[in-house]
Amino acid sequence: MTSAAPAETILKSSHLLGIEQLSVPEITALLDLAETYVALNRGADKKTATLRGRTLINLFFEASTRTQSSFELAGKRLGADVMNMSVKTSSVSKGETLIDTATTLNAMRPDLLVVRHQDSGAAELLSRKLDCCVINAGDGSHEHPTQALLDALTIRRRRGAFQGLVVAICGDVLHSRVARSNIHLLLKMGARVRLIAPRTLLPADADRFGVEIFHDMKKGLQGVDIVMMLRLQLERMSGAFVPSTREYFHFYGLDHEKLKLAKPGAFVMHPGPMNRGVEIDSAVADDIEVSLIQEQVEMGVAIRMAVLDALSRGLAKEGRNAP
Amino acid sequence: MSLASKSGRIAFRNARLIDPASGLDARGGLLVENGRIADVGPRLFNDAEPSDPEVIECRGLVLAPGLIDMRVFTGEPGSEHRETLESASHAAAAGGVTTIVTMPNTDPVIDEPSLVDFIRRRAAATAKVRVAPTAALTKGLGGEQMTEIGLLQEAGAVAFTDGDRTIANARVMRRSLAYANTFGALVVGHAEDPDLTAGASITEGEYAMRLGLPAGPAAAEAIVVERDIRLVELTGARYHFSQISTGASLDIIAAAKQRGVPVTCGVAAHHLALNELDVGSYYTFRKVKPPLRSEADRAAMVEGVASGIIDVIVSSHDPQAADTKRQPFAAAAFGAVGLETLLPVALGLVHDGRASLSHVLATLTAVPAKILGLRAGTLAKGAAADLVLIDPDDSFAVHHADLRSRAQNTPFEGRHFHGRAAKTFVGGECVFDRKAMR
Repeated sequence: MTSAAPAETILKSSHLLGIEQLSVPEITALLDLAETYVALNRGADKKTATLRGRTLINLFFEASTRTQSSFELAGKRLGADVMNMSVKTSSVSKGETLIDTATTLNAMRPDLLVVRHQDSGAAELLSRKLDCCVINAGDGSHEHPTQALLDALTIRRRRGAFQGLVVAICGDVLHSRVARSNIHLLLKMGARVRLIAPRTLLPADADRFGVEIFHDMKKGLQGVDIVMMLRLQLERMSGAFVPSTREYFHFYGLDHEKLKLAKPGAFVMHPGPMNRGVEIDSAVADDIEVSLIQEQVEMGVAIRMAVLDALSRGLAKEGRNAP
Repeated sequence: MSLASKSGRIAFRNARLIDPASGLDARGGLLVENGRIADVGPRLFNDAEPSDPEVIECRGLVLAPGLIDMRVFTGEPGSEHRETLESASHAAAAGGVTTIVTMPNTDPVIDEPSLVDFIRRRAAATAKVRVAPTAALTKGLGGEQMTEIGLLQEAGAVAFTDGDRTIANARVMRRSLAYANTFGALVVGHAEDPDLTAGASITEGEYAMRLGLPAGPAAAEAIVVERDIRLVELTGARYHFSQISTGASLDIIAAAKQRGVPVTCGVAAHHLALNELDVGSYYTFRKVKPPLRSEADRAAMVEGVASGIIDVIVSSHDPQAADTKRQPFAAAAFGAVGLETLLPVALGLVHDGRASLSHVLATLTAVPAKILGLRAGTLAKGAAADLVLIDPDDSFAVHHADLRSRAQNTPFEGRHFHGRAAKTFVGGECVFDRKAMR
């Protein structure tokens, strides 16, 4: 176990709802803290007592394997009691409203609540109704802050800094919370962001983020340092947004031929799970020279430990008084 | 039959050269070399003829770029008894048309890259004129799922359209336009609200009432025209209305063009020359889609061409076998052949003093070429020698037995016209010579 350093405040808010509200010093501090957990996680004893006695609830209204297990592992390594609630086992499927669920959970006195929900703004709504720290693990097409933070940690470890980096985010930006969080984070940190997608997969006025828009991937990839691929949901590939997987792969799938157009030494990232042969070619995904995909998963646990740690510092030592 | 000389050189002398792309309208000559226009100009061959080429003495007839017909249905593949690419190309050549833009409404529907390839290969092997295939905008013309516009474009589709079908769902239309614009592709729309016109076989009005036929309102067109223009404003796509037929549509398009919306439109020749009364006594050869309209609408179409708000004139060539036309009016098939009457109808506007010859020819050559992005429709040096020699005063009556089209459902049977193609050349090769046919 590591010795407990004097815990300085990192985050102004008691919740992590999105990247948009974070400042550059907050992001930098979270990344610095996460570095210490990368080191810890690579050691033999991965456990600390930072969150001992605290209760963490993972509330997932959408199926998720990697985000949920990443948060679970992060909580357990920090010594918290972790409970997983998924929609199939909760009373939400019996017609309970989100607010009812929040009230019920509140009565169980959790300290930290990780929530994923299909509706944009759900985490924000819960944060107003609960006394604990709320961490947004993905709300609709809005934000997925820990994904952007783990992507940032991965990039910073490889490239040192963000200033001047050119990052291309490719694919289904329209439905992607990962894209929105990453756009906010990368722009705050001084990177240049390009969005590459067919017009049907870009939100209207996407350029208002302050990013460059490309519809031709071959043009968009030129001079890029990092290529971030997004997952394209299968149900969107049969004619409503994209006519077919083969057309999508032909024009927007990342293979070595298209990757050659990026800057030499460019890295490839993907939030997972991947659709091989749709948005990314296996030869690229599995190329350890360029693919950071496995590293992203490792950084995910460290980032989530950092976020839980940072938020718990704001929790009262004595706990809350009874109502 | 070919007039191309062995040297591959043909000299046209004493022609009235009309090149709408450059504004040229002058007496002069034109030299073809190896299928391309090598030289053109007012003084060419005035004094001395070039030594070796084949010489065509034009005697003041009009030499213009070959026509581009943006709306042609064939029956290949699937209903070759109606029309093949080959038979359509014979009709085209006789009409002075050197490029036909084929509609995807075949069986199977042209919604796969391999089928675009099939059309191009069949055309190369059998057709006498150039064939520019369009592909479907939605799979199976179903109006729901967009096609592989990127791959279809790479395969050679020049535009995307559901032919004579309107995409009813505005959301599908919006996404299709947005997706097409990703590839800079041209979308060609048909404007007829499918619910308002369901079961209709004629335009709504007094005449339809007297005939007792199921009718659809003319507004069914303007409603879709307005909708699609709003969607083009949202998506920025390149959009062409295949054919309009009402004054209301014309007003909407004029206003849109004024706002700078990138839309263009066409009109079918029969909507310039016929009105609803021409349906007469249930004459099914004049059952077309959209239907023949009121005289006011017909006059508006002529005015639209004259003013330039209507960009192109098309034949809307739609061959139908006799068995589907020899039916009670409501049960008969839609469609009329038109490749061989396109130019005569268009020249009618010139004879009536409604538009100049150069302006009318522009709607059939330079303008469609520009909309489609084709390197055609011009007499410029270096361009392919796709040419039509027009006798603007050749007087004749349409007789179905003279038509080269496999189907003979002309709406103009017995009608007298002035002016038609005398000779047609594709890539410098003579594909039609009226004298030789006689």
